[in-house]
Amino acid sequence: MRYQIAHTTEYQYHQTVSLCHNIAMLIPRNTDLQECRKTIVKINPQPDVMNEYEDFFGNKVLYFAVQQEHSSLKVTVLSQVEKFKQRNLKMELYNNIPWENVSAMLQEPGLGNFEARQFIPATSITNFTKEIHEYAQQSFTPGRSLFDAAWDLVQRMYRDFEFKTGFTTVATPLTEVMEQRKGVCQDFAHLAIACIRSMGLPARYVSGYIETIAPAGKEKLVGVDASHAWFSVYIPQSGWIDFDPTNNLITSDQHITIGWGRDYADLPPLKGVILSTGSHKLDVSVDVRRLD
Amino acid sequence: MISQTDLSPSFLEYLDSGYWKIFFNSFAELGEDEILNRRQDMMRFLTENGVTYNIYGDPKGFNRPWKLDIIPFLISKDEWELIESGLVQRATLFDLILKDIYGERTLLKSGLLPMEIIYNHTGFLRQCAGIQLPGKHHLVLYTADMARTVDGKIWVLNDRTQAPSGSGYALENRLTMARIVPELFNGLKVRRLSPYFHSLRNALTSIAPNNNKEPRIVILTSGPSNETYFEHAYLSSYLGFTLVQGNDLMVRDNYVWLKTLGGLEKVDVILRRLDDMYCDPLELKEDSQLGIPGLLQAVRSRNVSIANPLGSSVIENPGLIPFLPAIAKTLLGEELKLPSIASWWCGQPSALQYVLDNISSLVIKRIARRSNVGTSVDATSLTANQLHELKQRIKAQPHLFVGQEKANFAASPSLVNGKIEPRDALFRSFAVSSSNGYTAMEGGLTRTSADYGNYIISNQMGGISKDTWIISAESGSTFNVRKELEQAPENGMTYKSEVLPSHTAENLFWVGRYAERVLGNARFQRTVMQFVEEANKAFSDNDEYIKESLLQALTLHTHTFPGFIGPESEKKLKEPWEELNEILFDAEKTGSLAYNIGLFNRAVYTVRDHWSTDTWRVLRDMEENWQKAFEQRQSSHHRIIYALDNLITSMVAFIGLNRESISREQGWTLLNMGRKIEQSLLLINMLRVTLVQRHDEQIEYILQEAVLKSNECLVNYRYKYRSHLKPSLVLDLMLLDPLNPRSLLYQLERLKVDVSGLPKISSGHQLPDHERLVFEAYSMLKLASKEKLAEPEKNNGIYKNLDVFLTKMNKLLYSLPNVISKAYFMHAQASKQLFTNNTDK
Repeated sequence: MRYQIAHTTEYQYHQTVSLCHNIAMLIPRNTDLQECRKTIVKINPQPDVMNEYEDFFGNKVLYFAVQQEHSSLKVTVLSQVEKFKQRNLKMELYNNIPWENVSAMLQEPGLGNFEARQFIPATSITNFTKEIHEYAQQSFTPGRSLFDAAWDLVQRMYRDFEFKTGFTTVATPLTEVMEQRKGVCQDFAHLAIACIRSMGLPARYVSGYIETIAPAGKEKLVGVDASHAWFSVYIPQSGWIDFDPTNNLITSDQHITIGWGRDYADLPPLKGVILSTGSHKLDVSVDVRRLD
Repeated sequence: MISQTDLSPSFLEYLDSGYWKIFFNSFAELGEDEILNRRQDMMRFLTENGVTYNIYGDPKGFNRPWKLDIIPFLISKDEWELIESGLVQRATLFDLILKDIYGERTLLKSGLLPMEIIYNHTGFLRQCAGIQLPGKHHLVLYTADMARTVDGKIWVLNDRTQAPSGSGYALENRLTMARIVPELFNGLKVRRLSPYFHSLRNALTSIAPNNNKEPRIVILTSGPSNETYFEHAYLSSYLGFTLVQGNDLMVRDNYVWLKTLGGLEKVDVILRRLDDMYCDPLELKEDSQLGIPGLLQAVRSRNVSIANPLGSSVIENPGLIPFLPAIAKTLLGEELKLPSIASWWCGQPSALQYVLDNISSLVIKRIARRSNVGTSVDATSLTANQLHELKQRIKAQPHLFVGQEKANFAASPSLVNGKIEPRDALFRSFAVSSSNGYTAMEGGLTRTSADYGNYIISNQMGGISKDTWIISAESGSTFNVRKELEQAPENGMTYKSEVLPSHTAENLFWVGRYAERVLGNARFQRTVMQFVEEANKAFSDNDEYIKESLLQALTLHTHTFPGFIGPESEKKLKEPWEELNEILFDAEKTGSLAYNIGLFNRAVYTVRDHWSTDTWRVLRDMEENWQKAFEQRQSSHHRIIYALDNLITSMVAFIGLNRESISREQGWTLLNMGRKIEQSLLLINMLRVTLVQRHDEQIEYILQEAVLKSNECLVNYRYKYRSHLKPSLVLDLMLLDPLNPRSLLYQLERLKVDVSGLPKISSGHQLPDHERLVFEAYSMLKLASKEKLAEPEKNNGIYKNLDVFLTKMNKLLYSLPNVISKAYFMHAQASKQLFTNNTDK
């Protein structure tokens, strides 16, 4: 299955900006389940400098700088991504590893285990409290398989939490999400990660997109999509498996991954520093389209 | 002196042996009185040279005088050979570890080094992974804190790789000793420090991108409030590298540029004294105001080199210690020459158990240093409750903690309160990358605790430093007082490149402005206070009215509202001293003299490498006298007025000395421009608040007299006009007289020359804005007529013409600093973060 994603970010500045440095993490990486066939980046005004490289986690990074006076900045990234057939979930394999055994298994040699262990420690965003740990414990019951426990956590979160935009920002701490029981996808991804890490297990943050289906009989509107976030759990001998707590799903063909990290701060879609004192207005639109 | 003390016999025996015996012979030859005199000289020398360090979070901790013990720390030749080879080995080892951590990560993957020690360390900057650096070593500078135990063994206590400090203080200590007590070097061949700095310069040159043999090297500081800012400025002078703050630099086209008055200059190498986390707000700590956005891009593009490289602080990590011997064996095939204090990393279950079981005999450290928070806890001094809490903290995050054995250090003699006493000593050694390995400084910085037996030694906690002497048998590289002094910073000045960073230029400009502001306000306030003091004795109604007018003028002039103005002012006008006192001494009050002195001092310290020793002495005196005046602020009014006299004299001396001490033309121009602009604005403001309002003749007379007095022009006036004060003549003298150095015309004539001397930014025939403004103000003055300005307007309580004239003049000159700032200082615009928070599905 092939998708085309158009992600446009536009800043309007109230005062002219003489110099801006930006880092975009908007180019999808290749994974076991997808391949990014083509990416076109359009930036207006034309940047004076562009550097492309991979970060520590293997995600694609685009740095660009505009070095002339400008009063708006528009960044559009068009990507074509091929999704492969979802591998069959080997439930019987997942199900036979009790979560308590995973910690010890991760200490065994092997690159997979080594790379997974870096996703165990809490970060400042995913710092857990007693409440979060207790919430996690209800899913991580003795003897349960890691897969079951994580899946149960996702289902409970879907039941207990309300999806609500505008209530939280990137800076909202998890304690508040926990208390108010509402938030958006990245809050839920962070909370789930905090829960799993509170059990001493690895979990990573995934940034990406999801295809939304138009109501029957209606044409899908352009730009109604948004960027999305979910999380991934490492199961020894099997690998990473992604869960979407916002939609109560194990990720499917409709999830397109940009990249992953310890939390949001490792891969915000677009960040920058400008030389200006004025304020700015921001517009973002995302469109995910199926090509075949 | 030795015999007077109650030192233990074994310690006395120690002091009577080997090199110490030679040292104390020289010591005794000088005699007790002379030693104490020299100690005084030493303290004065350090103070006058502005040798200071700052203590965070302590309002009085800013610019603390540096403390130096007259008795050095001695290291024998044999001992040094071990230390030197051990230091070089450690530097080599850490360089390999650093390369591995940010490269292949073989040590981590193989489990030789548990990855948790690195990945959980705040100094592990993932953004720096995979970056290839020019030069032989990644680790350019390495520093270790060491101590000697009672059995004579040397142990390493801390490894420092972030931005090691102390080399400048070590050098300053040596120069101070050489100058004040040269006799003590007699008979001891002490090795020299300067070869180290030569190696440092070579090392920095060798890492320049593209094999540039003459790179531009800058020292990056976080600014005057940094703990060791003195040293940053000192090294800048000594090595001839421009001292810069983050906002002096910018990244364009993947290169780093220094913003100077004349434009952008490419920077090749940065000697970093700013923690790496703060260096790039684009990729590292996002709220850092101290860094350079985009710096990492320039590093990735290999267009700039940083020493030590970003990410190197991960090596400052006591968690590494237990694994070093095995790593040394694997990577170097060698045993460690210098042992670390026995340490247990709590991330391993058995080590954790050991630490928990033996906690009350250990020192507990975190793997990563945290700014402003102590990272070491001496658990031997904790109560049962505190121990319990500490254990809980360790158990919650064991991989973040290390337990260390508490060693018994050998005491070293120190001069404390005129007596020789034993003190624990910690000495810091320095190594720098060189073409054939690493070069160690043949000396170091020794610090002793303020109290005997105090285990944790730091400057922040009031330690005292010592010069460190390595006694050598060879003669070639030994210390020679004159040779070393020849390389003192005053002589190093000639290295200094001619570029003036915009930020420095701006600060010099502000030093000029604040100096004049302090001076002008002090003079005016002195005039007012003298009058108030005298008016108290006379009892005429007019005197009372004049007094009030003057007090109100003071409030207007200093902008210390409400002060003597407004509905609440009646009581203050009757009993003005409390308010007058506040306008002088209340540093919290915007516009007060103390407030302006604070701004002046801050600007002065920011560009501290620009002042000569004589200038420092004047500044010190000024600060001390002002502090004294502050303490006696409740005493007699005469004494306060006398304190103002002193302040005024010092400030005049400061301004005078600058002519001699600021050699670089652009710097002087900037400072002078600041002065002239401030003088002009102050004068205009004073005339507006005193002479625009109409009063009866006698009052106007007194006000005119006050203006002349505050500007030191009364004598001038009498000499020139030989008449009573007349408005037109007063205005003539203060505004239009080209020969009166206090007149506005005089200031503007000089200002006109100064602004035209600024580097030209744009071509073409049109005058740049700042020149246009000065020219317009100048022409207005030249075309003005004194009679017209002094003409009273009928039916109106003010001198209308004068008012209009001064208002216009003020407007022109008031906008001048902004225009100059925009054209030359370039940080009118602060940078800020942009974020998208668009993940909301």
